Amino acid sequence: MLCGEGGFGVGPDIQTLFTIAGIGIIVGMFHSVLKMVGREDWAYWLSLIGFVIVLYMVVNYIQNLFQHIQRVFHFF
Amino acid sequence: MQIVGIGLTATALALLVRDERPLFAYFITLVAAIIIFISVLTNVQKIIDLIVRLSQRAHVNALFTATILKIVAIAYIADFAAQISRDAGETSIAGKIELAGKVMILMMAIPILEAMIETVLALIPI
Repeated sequence: MLCGEGGFGVGPDIQTLFTIAGIGIIVGMFHSVLKMVGREDWAYWLSLIGFVIVLYMVVNYIQNLFQHIQRVFHFF
Repeated sequence: MQIVGIGLTATALALLVRDERPLFAYFITLVAAIIIFISVLTNVQKIIDLIVRLSQRAHVNALFTATILKIVAIAYIADFAAQISRDAGETSIAGKIELAGKVMILMMAIPILEAMIETVLALIPI
């Protein structure tokens, strides 16, 4: 998915950074709005769900990294 | 060039998010680090292929090459994780990760040490 032959082809990966930043901003915004309205528990669940979504993406990335390292360094 | 761009963009995004959600800033840092690491890794692969080919031509014991590659990989991973967790302010966890990396490297080096000692013992006439 990333890194074509030997180059620094990073096309879709910079998207992930922006996605995480966007999720962070939106979750923060909604969190403060919900807190202002008085729904503390909803704000808590919202931030938890955002955290889980982002964690899922990051875990995929970490798995990708580990597979790359295993392939490059001849781990078997 | 693109790595520099990714780094600067990630820094800006992390600064943007840090005030409200420090956790997301941490994730942004982590993803940026992984992207940069993977892009570098494709070039590292060429170097490692060269090393493996040279060692095969020089008839070096395959055990030694594999061990050295594993040690390098462990060093890279441990350093990566330690820096990430030090970034997040967890200095003690970073220290523990580094300690584990050092112990694992030492453990990996045991066969080479044994082979070296065997060689030395074979050289000494008793």
